[in-house]
Amino acid sequence: MRFEWTVAVRFLREGGLQTLMIIAGAAAGISVIVFMTGFLGDLQADLIRRTLGVQANIIVRPAEEVARPLREGRDALPQVQARVQRLRSVDQWQALRQRLENTPGIRAVSPIAAGPGLMTRGDTNKSVNVTGMVPELYAAVTRFNEKIVAGEYRLSPGDTIIGTDLARDLGVGVGDKVRLSTPTSPGDAYQIRAIYDLGQRTHNRAFAYVSLPTAQALLDLPGGISSLELAVDDLFGADRLAQQLQETTPHEVESWMRANPQLRTALGNQTIMTLLIRFFLALVVAIGVASVLVVSVVQKTREIGILRAMGASRARILRVFLLQGALIGLVGAALGCIGGYTLTAVMSQFVRAEDGTQLFAAQWSGTLYLFTLIGASVLGLAAAIMPARRAARLDPAQAIRI
Amino acid sequence: MSAVIELAGIRKTYNEGTAIANEVLHGIGFAIQPGEFACLIGPSGSGKSTLLNLIGLLEKPSGGSYRLNGKAIQEADDNTRTRARLETLGFVFQFHHLLPAFSALENVMLPGLMLHGEITREVRATAIRLLTAVGLADAMHKPPNQLSGGMQQRVAIARALALTPQLVLADEPTGNLDTHSADEVFALMRDINKTQGTAFLIVTHDPRLAARCDRVVEMRDGTIVADAPQAV
Repeated sequence: MRFEWTVAVRFLREGGLQTLMIIAGAAAGISVIVFMTGFLGDLQADLIRRTLGVQANIIVRPAEEVARPLREGRDALPQVQARVQRLRSVDQWQALRQRLENTPGIRAVSPIAAGPGLMTRGDTNKSVNVTGMVPELYAAVTRFNEKIVAGEYRLSPGDTIIGTDLARDLGVGVGDKVRLSTPTSPGDAYQIRAIYDLGQRTHNRAFAYVSLPTAQALLDLPGGISSLELAVDDLFGADRLAQQLQETTPHEVESWMRANPQLRTALGNQTIMTLLIRFFLALVVAIGVASVLVVSVVQKTREIGILRAMGASRARILRVFLLQGALIGLVGAALGCIGGYTLTAVMSQFVRAEDGTQLFAAQWSGTLYLFTLIGASVLGLAAAIMPARRAARLDPAQAIRI
Repeated sequence: MSAVIELAGIRKTYNEGTAIANEVLHGIGFAIQPGEFACLIGPSGSGKSTLLNLIGLLEKPSGGSYRLNGKAIQEADDNTRTRARLETLGFVFQFHHLLPAFSALENVMLPGLMLHGEITREVRATAIRLLTAVGLADAMHKPPNQLSGGMQQRVAIARALALTPQLVLADEPTGNLDTHSADEVFALMRDINKTQGTAFLIVTHDPRLAARCDRVVEMRDGTIVADAPQAV
């Protein structure tokens, strides 16, 4: 292969500007591919976090109660009435929680007791979702602590945390007292410990957080919880994990993808679109490499003829041109990786969320670059097949006469 | 001693089997012994270059037999013919045909690189010795485009000799040179023939050069019309 390497490298060097241009073109295409591949995951994860608000990645709740006719057949009643779904506790939730905490892929588990309630101040009533939780665990699952805009993130008995819009509706602030009641409890006065902002008005009106024991008392769920909320390591693998869990528990296990099919579709479309763009960029790079090599074969017809006359076999000429393609791909990819990293670093400064945080950050990803280098080399090699075969097929007697 | 090449009844037809079929060689019989210094003369279109390409295994004959070192090679596949070119034949063309991307020395080392897969110390030493022999010791690191026509042709001769071939095929090697350079190049080939015993077959238009060969083969309209040894 030394002969092939030597000749391939010399041919490329001899190509001068032509070689530089195609390498620059390949590098430009590949840097955009690297850029898109690198930031897409970050961008989607950010979008999901923002859209889901405090929704957990996976929720485990009691299975729905289904009315089952006791007898079937001709003499059975023709009509089955759907059952009302009562607020029930997750059966054996302490044991389940331990098991989930030890399951690989699950980052955090947070028990939740939630039900309908009414928040009252003066003669104003606002319906709320009374949500009982353990602050540290809930923060681990939903990063709720980052959403607190006033007060401190702590829940003693008699404390409540509400959203900015609800606070405005009720005209209250941190330290003020409100009355919180539920259908099963006449309620009591609670002090507002903190105010959160999830960035969505409906969410900011919806929840009244209290400590877990408080909620259990308010909702008549002594020692029970209405759901377990989970955070997973792999956001996009949540559905798979949920299905695995579903098989081992009698409860209903729902991933964020199931709960938000429209978001999942949007993300899926985005993924397909970027996949398409990357595919066509790769195709353009490949066509560029192929066309430059086709021209190079024509330019080097005489040289190829001389090499053949001197005793270079067809296979050797073929390899000389395949190598040129692979080398263009490799060098283009190396520059493309640097370009992609730079592009990400620059763009992350400009593309920001409304609150000023970066949507993605430039990360040095060894695997991405390794795959890019290998992929681009193979791509260049594949692009060179047609020109290389053309070079190998040249008739030396005719080639020399040119 | 057996002949390096032995042709019998060689025919060559272009566009065989079509309406424009054109037979350019009509049964050539001809042999070259080791150490011979022969030239091939004849008017344009007489088939000299085609014959040289056939002998050089760049083209296949349409009929007849061709033995290279006693072995029939007229039907051999491309790889065998390529290998035979590398190991037994050397080429010198009219338009020098050096590879412009390589220096003079590298051009001469290329056949060695092809044969051994690497540039051995021996390959390098041989190349330097050959370039010194052709009087280019000082210019061997220059690229071809910095060498004069005569110098380029001397590099091409050194390259043809790199793997000590049995036969060097030269197609008008001096056709593109001024008289002085032509004489130099011719004298060089003559000298190599004498000292190393390499056989030469030279196609030429130049009667002055033809007169200085041991044997003159004359072609006309695809056949050999005269083939005689001559005293120099």
